[in-house]
Amino acid sequence: MGLLSDPVRRRALARLVLRLNAPLCVLSYVAGIAWFLALAFPPLTQRTYMSENAMGSTMVEEQFAGGERARSFARDFAAHRRKSGALPVAWLERTMRSVGLEVYTQSFSRKLPFPDETHERYMVSGTNVYGILRAPRAASTESLVLTVPCGPESTNSQAVGLALALAAHFRGQIYWAKDIIFLVTEHDLLGSEAWLEAYHDVNVTGMQSSPLQGRAGAIQAAVALELSSDVVTSLDVAVGGLNGQLPNLDLLNLFQTFCQKGGLLCTLQGKLQPQDWTSADGPLQGVQTLLLMALQQASGHPHGAHGLFLRYRVEALTLRGVNSFRQYKYDLVAVGKALEGMFRKLNHLLERLHQSFFFYLLPALSRFVSIGLYMPAAGFLLLVLGLKALELWMQLHEAGVGPEEAGGTPGSSPPLPAAQRVGLASLVAPLLISQAVGLALYVLPVLGQHVAAQHFPVAEAEAVVLTLLAVYAAGLALPHSTHWVLSTQAPDRSWMALKLVALIYLALQLACITLTNFSLGFLLAATMVPGAALTKPSGPRPLCAALLVLTSPAATLLGGLFLWRQLQEAPLSLAEGWRLFLAVLAQGVLAHHTYGALLFPLLALGLFPCWLLFWNVLFWKR
Amino acid sequence: MAAAALLSLLVLLLLGPGVWGQTEPPRDSLREELVITPLPSGDVAATFQFRTRWDSELQREEVSHYRLFPKALGQLISKYSLRELHLSLTQGFWRTRYWGTPFLQAPSGAELWAWFQDTVTDVDKSWKELSNVLSGIFCASLNFIDSTNTVTPSASFKPLGLANGTDHSFLRYAVLPREVVCTENLTPWKKLLPCSSKAGLSVLLKADRLFHTSYHSQAVHIRPVCRDARCASISWELRQTLSVVFDAFVTGQGKQDWSLFRMFSRTLTEPCPLASESRVYVDVTNYSQDNETLEVYPAPLTTYQDVVLGTRKTYAVYDLLDTAVINSSRSLNLQLKWKRPPGNGGWEVGSRSPHRLQRVQLVGKTHSPASSPREAPPTPFLYAQRYVSGYGLHNGELSTLLYNTHPYRAFPVLLLDTVPWYLRLYVHTLTITSKGKENKPSYIHYQPAQDRMQPHLLEMLIQLPASSVTKVSIQFERALLKWTEYTPDPNHGFYVSPSVLSALVPSEVAAQPVDWEESPLFNTLFPASDSSSYFVRLYTEPLLVSLPTPDFSMPYNVICLTCTVVAVCYGSFYNLLTRTFQIEEPSKGGLARRLANLIRRARGVPPL
Repeated sequence: MGLLSDPVRRRALARLVLRLNAPLCVLSYVAGIAWFLALAFPPLTQRTYMSENAMGSTMVEEQFAGGERARSFARDFAAHRRKSGALPVAWLERTMRSVGLEVYTQSFSRKLPFPDETHERYMVSGTNVYGILRAPRAASTESLVLTVPCGPESTNSQAVGLALALAAHFRGQIYWAKDIIFLVTEHDLLGSEAWLEAYHDVNVTGMQSSPLQGRAGAIQAAVALELSSDVVTSLDVAVGGLNGQLPNLDLLNLFQTFCQKGGLLCTLQGKLQPQDWTSADGPLQGVQTLLLMALQQASGHPHGAHGLFLRYRVEALTLRGVNSFRQYKYDLVAVGKALEGMFRKLNHLLERLHQSFFFYLLPALSRFVSIGLYMPAAGFLLLVLGLKALELWMQLHEAGVGPEEAGGTPGSSPPLPAAQRVGLASLVAPLLISQAVGLALYVLPVLGQHVAAQHFPVAEAEAVVLTLLAVYAAGLALPHSTHWVLSTQAPDRSWMALKLVALIYLALQLACITLTNFSLGFLLAATMVPGAALTKPSGPRPLCAALLVLTSPAATLLGGLFLWRQLQEAPLSLAEGWRLFLAVLAQGVLAHHTYGALLFPLLALGLFPCWLLFWNVLFWKR
Repeated sequence: MAAAALLSLLVLLLLGPGVWGQTEPPRDSLREELVITPLPSGDVAATFQFRTRWDSELQREEVSHYRLFPKALGQLISKYSLRELHLSLTQGFWRTRYWGTPFLQAPSGAELWAWFQDTVTDVDKSWKELSNVLSGIFCASLNFIDSTNTVTPSASFKPLGLANGTDHSFLRYAVLPREVVCTENLTPWKKLLPCSSKAGLSVLLKADRLFHTSYHSQAVHIRPVCRDARCASISWELRQTLSVVFDAFVTGQGKQDWSLFRMFSRTLTEPCPLASESRVYVDVTNYSQDNETLEVYPAPLTTYQDVVLGTRKTYAVYDLLDTAVINSSRSLNLQLKWKRPPGNGGWEVGSRSPHRLQRVQLVGKTHSPASSPREAPPTPFLYAQRYVSGYGLHNGELSTLLYNTHPYRAFPVLLLDTVPWYLRLYVHTLTITSKGKENKPSYIHYQPAQDRMQPHLLEMLIQLPASSVTKVSIQFERALLKWTEYTPDPNHGFYVSPSVLSALVPSEVAAQPVDWEESPLFNTLFPASDSSSYFVRLYTEPLLVSLPTPDFSMPYNVICLTCTVVAVCYGSFYNLLTRTFQIEEPSKGGLARRLANLIRRARGVPPL
């Protein structure tokens, strides 16, 4: 630190930063991207290992043999469901009671802020059914959950059948130390949210539901099950939860242990596990999985019913049976045995799952990247913003001093009081206006949907999306409106001040996002940083404008969608992509209102106004 | 004269023992009893009671000869001047909603409460010593009872025995919810029995069976009782009770029938020779109504009818001292049998009968019938549920739901909450709502916690309106403990002991006053109040609350890193930010320099 307090050396350092700024920025950006892509390669990925002692050494012997029973339960369930058209609550209650569970129901209703066109629902009301297996000799202080979400499109009847057959098998065992809750929710995620809120007796999303009659203490872990066929070729595991939260890595390790033990084919993000990590093939496949996971985590959308449990500090994951054209198939017994093994090991837990990582990236099911290793990638990207801000700050302070003078007379005090004053006064208007646009983007679509639907020939859901796009586009006209309120003195210094503020604002936001949801922070940084660094009123304005528009949050979202489908080997055409984009916008707003997803407010209230500042800088009147 | 004296002495010596034996009534007696109760959920509860009564003033006399009364406990009473002692060790949780009102419930874990004589000067010291001694006797962790989990309830725990003053400062109450109960606790408890586990009902107490149950609770109750109807002097009563609930699914393979052998893997062969009464009661209230399907075998010689817990019950009585009971087959294996073979599994038969369904609907929310497992069993008049609401590690809320299912009678309930100090209660957030309206308790006793010294104590008398759910909720903040105060498994969470509900629940049938000594033991646990209601004490489930927990895996690294960061970065940055840099013009110099310059000028050399 002596380096900084010595005026002479400080000046030398400053000159270095000023002169080498551009190459340093490029280097840092490239290093960040390269680091991220290198995460899938062996020195950075490690083999996963079980950290929790209670689940490690003790192998359990699975005895589940209720395949036939599961299938007959599934058939009955499907038949009753077809007959009633909704969740057969009475049948479920009767069946759960007959296998010896304590059965309760919970009815809920929710009016969505606007009609959900993807799932075709608006006024939703349904009933959750759950049965509690009471552990003998335990006082219901802890519990595990096996949840089966039943939606309008995914009947999930085999999962219900398997859960009931497992319940019947578990009920006859005497070794349970934690209660086990078998939960069947209607309207998939909405039902899960209603049940979780009622279980914890909170109301976060404005759900109306009847209070729960039966509880079983603190939930330690949860597994969501989705099966839609009697046989499966592979089991896919989903870890990403609401707002990019991840379950403790030990839960995934547990699943993987039983995959290996039962010889099941298990996939992550629908991708098979690469076998060979020594050559480049394995890691290259790992990069794809890693990117898929990053995109999925960045979306902040729960990737299964388990995603909502994570908010309540319940470690959870979703198992999804996949039935593809592969030759070798597994029946329900194999899946049941894996679940039985997992529950028996979770039953051994003395403490909550806490030993292993909560922040990680997965290039494959058996490989992970820990937080200490992936953070530098985002750090390098954010360093660009820092360097740019430093450069601007120095330029602002030494603008009145010529370079040779500044170097020659270290004694003169450089900051000119007049120069500083100019910057601050002219910053207020653009900052306020861009934040106001952000607020409008957040509030108007849902508030104004009825007005829009009355005056234009569109439905409410379309109105929301179109209002969203309209406000977004209107924001682009901001530079022309802010000029009305701006004083014109010292335009050079004021755009620099504005850009400085915008850079710091962006860096702070991205740093905060990266800490909680690395993927989102990294993707946003990777796209927004070059535009933010390059923007200035001079130079090739159309080129810069094109770059900025292409890296705006909405364009990032669109690009992410294309990349996502490309990686899933289901590429989108342009028209499809646009339709999907509109649907995703509506889903994003809905997810915020129904589950409390934070991506929409984050983009609308945080990053879009910040991006507008750069847009403003670009079109600064000179 | 001397000869006469000698003779009389001789006579006295010769006759002495005989005279003693004739004039003195038997000073102690043992009664043993087993009650088998089918529960509404289809499970079977078995309650053992062994009652030793000793007509002796333990406190006043220096007693040295013990016969039936265990010496370890007798000495405790005199040493610590106990008036009453109640200790229970429980594994599992009595599910009142499904199993109905218990004769005697105990909270999961260990519970100890004691009344001291008013001669005791330092109650806390005696309490501490008492819990340590009991810890040794019962191999339980009762030595963990200290001031942070001991409270002095003002109204909830009244003396159960003879008492002539209830100054509650002589009462101490503590619960250890984390205590795990196992064979090591059962063995010392069995050793206190006069027949140990050699004869009588106690041969059924096989540890491997008792601990394969859904609920296991063993208790010791010591209290003074009236020696006779005039109540001129007192006797000491020791009751050892043990309740177990057998899971019909696990032990009965899903059928409703049971037998002693299947439950305990033992049959009864002989009464305890020391016992003056040895009986097995089987609750046949529902079986007798279902006469066409179920019967108890062997057929009982006598039956007993009484009003128990507000409802009329019929019990089949098997007196082991009656030679006819045992001698017929050398052993007594009570069992419940189906009269005709069940069609498709035990569960279905009962529920399919239309007559039975109808009756269940008619009776509705009452105690009586064992309904089929296909429907939710009838609810008892009073039950409760407790949970922690909220999420995150900062705040939370303790909520207790009190259910009064009586169709038209409201009744008051005394609620006792003991909350450890590390949950800081916000008393102003205490809300009690029934049927959507605020319910003001008629009595509140609140004693705030002191950090690391004493827990919160909250006692309230709440009127529960008829057929209502009353929600009692209070918010709390989780404290950050010192890092040595965490338990060995800090991420497991911390236990909050159960709420205690004491209530006089209205009876369905008025009870006749009974003779205390003659009636069966299960009916005389609590002193009878009046005929229109009966006393119930219920416990809710304990709670597991997680506190903010530091990472204990590498504290040394963390401390080093933090200190380095603070020392290096923070220090220099602070220095840099607060210091102002000024270029100092070289000054003209002091006197010495001026002098030197003068000399230099005189010499013609350039000045300094």
